[in-house]
Amino acid sequence: MSNDDRPLSPHISIYRWPITMVLSILHRISGIVLSVGFVVLVAWLFDAAAGPEAYTVFMSVMDSLVGQVMLIALSFAFFYHLSNGARHLLWDAGRGLEKSQANQSSWLVLIATVVLTALFWWLAS
Amino acid sequence: MAEFRLPRNSRIKKGKHFAASNGASNVRRFAVYRYDPDSGDNPRLDTYDVDLDSCGPMILDALIKIKNEIDPTLTFRRSCREGICGSCAMNIDGGNTLACTRAIDSVKGDVRIYPLPHLPIVKDLVGDLTNFYAQYASIKPWLQSRTPPPPDQERLQTKEDQELINEPAACILCACCSTSCPSYWWNSDRYLGPAALLAAYRWLVDSRDDATGERLDELEDPFRLYRCHTIMNCTQTCPKDLNPAQAIVATKKMLAERKY
Repeated sequence: MSNDDRPLSPHISIYRWPITMVLSILHRISGIVLSVGFVVLVAWLFDAAAGPEAYTVFMSVMDSLVGQVMLIALSFAFFYHLSNGARHLLWDAGRGLEKSQANQSSWLVLIATVVLTALFWWLAS
Repeated sequence: MAEFRLPRNSRIKKGKHFAASNGASNVRRFAVYRYDPDSGDNPRLDTYDVDLDSCGPMILDALIKIKNEIDPTLTFRRSCREGICGSCAMNIDGGNTLACTRAIDSVKGDVRIYPLPHLPIVKDLVGDLTNFYAQYASIKPWLQSRTPPPPDQERLQTKEDQELINEPAACILCACCSTSCPSYWWNSDRYLGPAALLAAYRWLVDSRDDATGERLDELEDPFRLYRCHTIMNCTQTCPKDLNPAQAIVATKKMLAERKY
C-alpha cells in the first residue's frame, strides 16, 4: 500500500482540553459573535435615525425575552473578548506564560467576564 | 485547513477484547488504538484487561506486559524507559506524554491510549514523524559562526549566556507538544509547530551563534511562526516541563524589536 493510504490518528475527538485551550477557542467564537452582533448596533443607529416609529419597534424587539437574552449574550461575549484580549496583550509582552500562571489567569478571565457582565446590567437597569 | 472529522479510512471501529486470566484480582482495562496496515481494515480500539499485581507501575510497563503476555502483535516505539529518548510519546488519557514516565495510578478508570494526534499512522501506536523531523532540520539546528574558534580552547560562554539555552536545549523531540497543538493539526504543512520553534529559539539566544538575523528572516512568515495563537497546549503537555509557548512569544518579540 502507498503511504497516502495511511489513516490519520484521532485528534480533537480524543484530546482532553486544558482550560487554556477552551478559552482560546472561546476567544475566537466571541470575536465572531461580536462581528455578527455589530448588525444589532447598526440596526439600533439606523432605526434611531429613521424616526420614532422605527425606534419604538426596535426597542420593543430588544425588550422582548429573545432580545434580552441576545443582548446579555452579546455583552458577555464583549466582556469575555475584552478580558481575554487583555491577557493576550500581557502574553505578547512575554508575561504570565508559565503553566501555573496561564491556568490561574484563565479562571481570572472567566470571573472577570461574569463580574463585568453583571456590573454592566446592574448599572444599565 | 481545519478538518474536524477523521477521513473515512481513519474512523475507529470497535475492536477485540482480551480478558484477564482467572484469579487476577487487581485488574485495569486498557483501551488501545490498533491499526494493521496489512489488513486494509479501519483502525480499531482493542481492550486488554491487565493484572496490575504482576505489572510495573508505568503505562509503558503495561504496554510491554500486553505485548509479552497477551498480544504480541501490539506495536509501539520505546527505548530508554526513563524519559530521555522520547520514543514512547503517545496520547494517554487524552493528553500527550511519555508512556514511561506516566504512572498507571495517575489515570482514573479505563486507560485510553492513542498514537500522537493528527499523524499518518504506520502501525498501531507508531505515527509517521517524517514531516516533524524535516521541520526540525529546516531551522538549521546547528551552530552557525562567522568567527574562527579560539586556537587553544572551546568557544566559552558566560554562565548567564549558558542558562539562556539550558531549558530549550533540554527538548528531547518527542513531538508531544507539536501534536497537541490545534494550529499544528490544521496547518502542519506550513506551520513549524512548537518543537521546531523551541529549537529555533535555542539557537537564536545562543551567544556563540552569528546567524540570528538569517534565522529570524526564515521565521518571519504568516505560517511558519505566526500560526501560533498562544493556545498553550504545548506547554501544558510537555513531559519535560519545558515552555515552547514562552519561547515562541520571545521569538515574536525579537522580530518586533528588530523592526521598530
